[in-house]
Amino acid sequence: MSRSTIDLWVGIFVLMGCAAILFLALKVGNLSASSFAENYTIEASFSNIGGLKVRAPVKVAGVVVGRVSDIRYDNERFEAVVSLTLDSRYSFPRDTIGEILTSGLLGEQYIGLEPGGDERALKAGDSLKITQSAVVLEKLIGQFLFNKAAEAPQQ
Amino acid sequence: MIRKLGAMVIDGVWRLGFATRFLFLLLRYSGQSFLRLHLTLREIYFSGVLSLLIILVSGLFVGLVLGLQGYETLQRYGSSEALGVLVALSLTRELGPVVAGLLFASRAGSAVTAEIGLMKTTEQLKAMDMMAVNPIARVAAPRFWGGVISMPILAALFSAMGILGGWLIGVAFIGVDDGAFWSQMQAAVDIRYDIINGVIKSFVFGVAVSLIAVFEGYDCVPTAEGVSRAITRTVVSSALAILALDFVLTSFMFRG
Repeated sequence: MSRSTIDLWVGIFVLMGCAAILFLALKVGNLSASSFAENYTIEASFSNIGGLKVRAPVKVAGVVVGRVSDIRYDNERFEAVVSLTLDSRYSFPRDTIGEILTSGLLGEQYIGLEPGGDERALKAGDSLKITQSAVVLEKLIGQFLFNKAAEAPQQ
Repeated sequence: MIRKLGAMVIDGVWRLGFATRFLFLLLRYSGQSFLRLHLTLREIYFSGVLSLLIILVSGLFVGLVLGLQGYETLQRYGSSEALGVLVALSLTRELGPVVAGLLFASRAGSAVTAEIGLMKTTEQLKAMDMMAVNPIARVAAPRFWGGVISMPILAALFSAMGILGGWLIGVAFIGVDDGAFWSQMQAAVDIRYDIINGVIKSFVFGVAVSLIAVFEGYDCVPTAEGVSRAITRTVVSSALAILALDFVLTSFMFRG
């Protein structure tokens, strides 16, 4: 079978397509950082998760070390149970504190971990002992108004 | 009136059944047509390579418009660095596959329908049958697979060109910070969630558009008017199929 110019053009076309997908994969989406090859899952209970979503980042000292893989409701303890999938390159002490934080004023919510001082490390399936719930804006404003009202008569 | 409505419904169901049977025949005989690979390559050339120009140019312009409009809105909230995220997500998730699919349907799908319709009108398909050449394996399957293979490539090129267009407007003309543009984009776009899902979408659209185009050509009334009606139906029903499938796929893929 002889080669024709159509084959050349189809080859160029397919190459361009591969280049476009590579461009999308490497330059637009971050291939290396977003997929953890080996990971382990821990749990944390919060009395209020605010607007936390599945796939929200888990950060330690500002570095993404994992993602929220599941959020469910525990009907016996009336708390939200959040599963965190962490990169197994990192391990944290067992008394690590988990808190729900917001990036920027209107940004997305994420989970920040505050490592403690315990010598034993968290294993898969463990749950965080100390957690701090999301700050709900309405409660904050309510508290602020309440304090203002308490201050006023003294002046 | 009611009789007409009933006839239309029955006709529609009939055609749907025939289209399904046609799809199975296509898949069954595509093994035969892959033995003669140059036929499929030829169709990739006609429906893919020749659609390159319109896809690249319109991708660039869609990106330019997204960049301008996105910047206009985002800078009101002081977050013009998020322009990269906006352009990349809207292109990879929705606009890339959908607009490329619509363009592909009107550029390549209509041509395929016209070609097969004309072959039927001039009784070339019947002649092939007489010569013991299966017209589905010889004519329909290569065109179908040509479209299915071309479509994801074209959609990826569309998205890539659009992102470059958004970069051109945002970074080169308006002056959004280059590093923030790419780094915020990379932080927000996920390979599996956004890009692979976009490719899956474009593949599904490719199957739908190619099937509709080949089927309409194969099923057309063999007259000049019949061919022209078949081409119109290809473009209209491809567009409807793409938009409806897009809704279904999006509700499966991007929930929560």
